Amino acid sequence: MNLIANNLTYKPSEEYHLNEVSFNFKEGNLYTILGRTLSGKTTLLKTIAGLLTPDSGAIEFDGKDFLKVPVWQRNVAMVYQQFINYPHLNVFENIAFPLRQRKIDNEEIKNKVMESLKSVGLVGYENRKIQELSGGQQQRVSLARSLVKNAKILLLDEPLVNLDYKLREQLREEFKSLFSKGLADETILIYSTTDPRETMELNGEVIVLDEGKVLQVGPAKEIFENPSSLKVAEISNDPPMNIIEAEISNEQIRFEGIEIKAPNHLSKLTDSGLKIGLRSSDIELSENGHEFEVELAEISGSETLLHLKRGTIKIIISIEEVLNFKIHDKIKIDFKIDRAYAFGANGKLASSPFGENNG
Amino acid sequence: MSKLYTFLKYFFIVFWAVFVVAPFLWALTTSFKDFQSVNGGVTYIPWVDFEPNLEGWKVLIKSPAKGGVDIVEPYFNSLFVTCTASLISIILGTLSAYALSRYTFKAGFVKNNDITFFFISQRIMPPIVLSIPFFLFLSSINLLDSLIGLIVVYIVLLMPIAVWIMVDFFNKVPREIDETALIDGCNPYQAFLKVVLPNSIPGLIVAGMFCIIFGWIDFFFAFILTFTEVQLLPVKIVALNSSVTPWWSLSASALVSVAPLIIVAFIVERYLSKGNLSGAIK
Repeated sequence: MNLIANNLTYKPSEEYHLNEVSFNFKEGNLYTILGRTLSGKTTLLKTIAGLLTPDSGAIEFDGKDFLKVPVWQRNVAMVYQQFINYPHLNVFENIAFPLRQRKIDNEEIKNKVMESLKSVGLVGYENRKIQELSGGQQQRVSLARSLVKNAKILLLDEPLVNLDYKLREQLREEFKSLFSKGLADETILIYSTTDPRETMELNGEVIVLDEGKVLQVGPAKEIFENPSSLKVAEISNDPPMNIIEAEISNEQIRFEGIEIKAPNHLSKLTDSGLKIGLRSSDIELSENGHEFEVELAEISGSETLLHLKRGTIKIIISIEEVLNFKIHDKIKIDFKIDRAYAFGANGKLASSPFGENNG
Repeated sequence: MSKLYTFLKYFFIVFWAVFVVAPFLWALTTSFKDFQSVNGGVTYIPWVDFEPNLEGWKVLIKSPAKGGVDIVEPYFNSLFVTCTASLISIILGTLSAYALSRYTFKAGFVKNNDITFFFISQRIMPPIVLSIPFFLFLSSINLLDSLIGLIVVYIVLLMPIAVWIMVDFFNKVPREIDETALIDGCNPYQAFLKVVLPNSIPGLIVAGMFCIIFGWIDFFFAFILTFTEVQLLPVKIVALNSSVTPWWSLSASALVSVAPLIIVAFIVERYLSKGNLSGAIK
């Protein structure tokens, strides 16, 4: 049973929320929609759920015109980024709600709800009120409610974004094991996120969305190794990939008074207006490197993010340890240039360290 | 410092309580007085300052033939009109409020907010302005001086209150709850009845309370639109006044007319502190 979309377009005002989005989702697969805030992820999920009707385009599921089926008959499930539950019902009734709606007998409802509670680790909480649960538990309840339906399409709209760091890690692990278990055989799982790391960890098919437009489709690894354009490179890296305008000639890369020998995959590029892309993790501190000035230093978890400046160039580097820097400190860094990407003047990938597009 | 604060706090609370309760106590004692104990100087405590009697209360249930003013029928008229009009207003008002909160209406330059304002604009006009069209309207459909006519007018007056309160309330119920209900297999009516409404009980109670209060205390329209067949309580109480003001029976009737509102307030207060939407969205 495939879910096929053709040129979905939704433009409620001046800006496109969806701009000719097409895809072909197959059952048993996990699809990750990666995009920044306001890129149209939620709109796309709501359109699949039937909560929004696109201005034009078609959705087909199981060979039927999905747009003609009202939401309540589509048999989809959705988990929102806010923890949406029914506040007037307790945990058990919240999860039983979609089953009661189908008029299934009580015994079966009980079994299914308990099974679902077990899979999200909330056994013993059946009689609690929703308001008494923590955010993570509330999100588990809404996940349980969407699992209990055995929906053919399961939509998860940034389900982890409102949780704190630890819970996020923990739930993400649970998601992975849930997705790999039985669920995946007949369900189309669609997971939207802004977080590139989450995308890589879930390791499904990735759709990169920006301003309502699909920029690239492919397995997570492929998106990470060969981002098709500057935009994708920015979206699929956190912190975003550093983009530096550079010039390549005589096998040398030049920018802002720095000259580096070009690696093989870049040395033969001759286009003008080239931009070099380097991940923040591919730049390191080095005694005999190039001098940059610290503009901002932030510590996140066990990492230090440095915002650096040299002339007109601004870059971000991440260091895998906690270090203290003062603003305006001068530090020296070195580029792992063999990991650099090159993008043409049109923003398209010109060369990647992972082959494929090697000029 | 904190002792002073505690003292001031309690002082203020006691002061306020006396301020609020005193008139009621005064009315209560007055209702048991007679002509002498009202007009012969100030009297406070029954059995000490004056001899209490039930005359003031008895007058209220005696028929006019026996020199009384029967308020029993007006009382039930008032109850019936207020409750029926409030109930219908709440039902219609809640439905319109939900529609105004969830769907977008547009007719030329008229949009949702304008429609909501249109409802409340009924209450902005001075009652005297509304009374003439109401009078003409009711007389043209032969409903002047009838309970049904009053109910119709009260619905016009009360529904805006219900709409106004409920629109605001529904706007605070996250749309995602309705959407989740739709996804979980409810059609829009079921989503409203099974999910949105049960989560709007505090709003319904507040709206209901306002409808009942405004319906119950209305004197003006009851006075203009009824003559002899039908009388409502406020009109009847005013009619108690004759050449000699019967303070005792006026006090007694004031107390019985306030009683339903006090009961409503006690019930509502219990529900208001309960149930909120904090668990819907975090």
